[in-house]
Amino acid sequence: MEPLISIELNGQKVELAAHTVADVVLANGWLGKRIAIERNGTIVPKSSYAHTEIRSGDTLEVVVAVGGG
Amino acid sequence: MNSPEQTVVDGWQAGTRRFTSRLLVGTGKYRDFEETGKAIAASGAEIVTVAIRRTNIGQDKNAPNLLDVVSPLHYTILPNTAGCYTAEDAVRTLRLARELLDGHTLVKLEVLGEDATLYPNMPETLKAAEILVHEGFEVMVYCSDDPLQAKRLEDIGCVAIMPLASLIGSGMGILNPWNLELILDQIKVPVIVDAGVGTASDAAIAMEMGCAAVLTNTAIAKARDPVLMASAMRHAVVAGRAAFRAGRMEKRAYKASASSPTGGLVPSVATRKSA
Repeated sequence: MEPLISIELNGQKVELAAHTVADVVLANGWLGKRIAIERNGTIVPKSSYAHTEIRSGDTLEVVVAVGGG
Repeated sequence: MNSPEQTVVDGWQAGTRRFTSRLLVGTGKYRDFEETGKAIAASGAEIVTVAIRRTNIGQDKNAPNLLDVVSPLHYTILPNTAGCYTAEDAVRTLRLARELLDGHTLVKLEVLGEDATLYPNMPETLKAAEILVHEGFEVMVYCSDDPLQAKRLEDIGCVAIMPLASLIGSGMGILNPWNLELILDQIKVPVIVDAGVGTASDAAIAMEMGCAAVLTNTAIAKARDPVLMASAMRHAVVAGRAAFRAGRMEKRAYKASASSPTGGLVPSVATRKSA
């Protein structure tokens, strides 16, 4: 079991067991979904989820497409 | 047999992509995804706008996603920057959109000035356009109907200039056709009326004036029957475009010209009596 870390996910403080961005994606059921992720203000390409580490205090923004004009 | 307006492929181009439909539609304000999907199909649109927002944490993993209904396989998805009030936020949003849509570069830039009118903030729009064009985005840009600003945006390298007809979501139609004509006169890239279209005749007028296309969302989504209005918009844009290409007759103020022959009339009863 990974140690728990505390991050800010879309403006909410959350605690989760994760080493990498891929762990966060899996934990939230986003695998295969159309999302885009920014870590500490920098976009994390899909191809880099597995080797982009996250640490306590990191800020993640996860976005989707929604209805709009 | 094809109708005359279909005999030539009358396409248009946004950046590197070619399109046949001259109606672009938004995906906001619909009752649900089912209605969204049906209305967009009825509109015949090839380009469909979407907004980029934070995903809800902890929501149902099987909840449908907009892009399941409006698939990038069937439509050209045009991510927008609605809700952005600075160049920085708009650029950030479109970088995320590019990642979300697997490197897709055709985008709709809109930087708003204030809540009440959603009027475009042109200084920030120009700043964002510079950065985005430099980064390889193909920028379709929402702007005021100011011919000078439109020209600057074209000079920066935007691939389509999209002036408002009236305020976003107002349904007031084209309030300043003279400014729109000034823009149409000097801009070489496609000019698309964005915002303010209220009903089918507004779209037809924009097309008759020579716009390359029309973008609308609220007029369809907030019609009593969105699917029927989507179809009406589709036909209005086709009719307006055909009328533009056909070239309207000259206006003859204060002088009628009979459509029927003026000679060979059967004499009126009154004439025969007096004769």
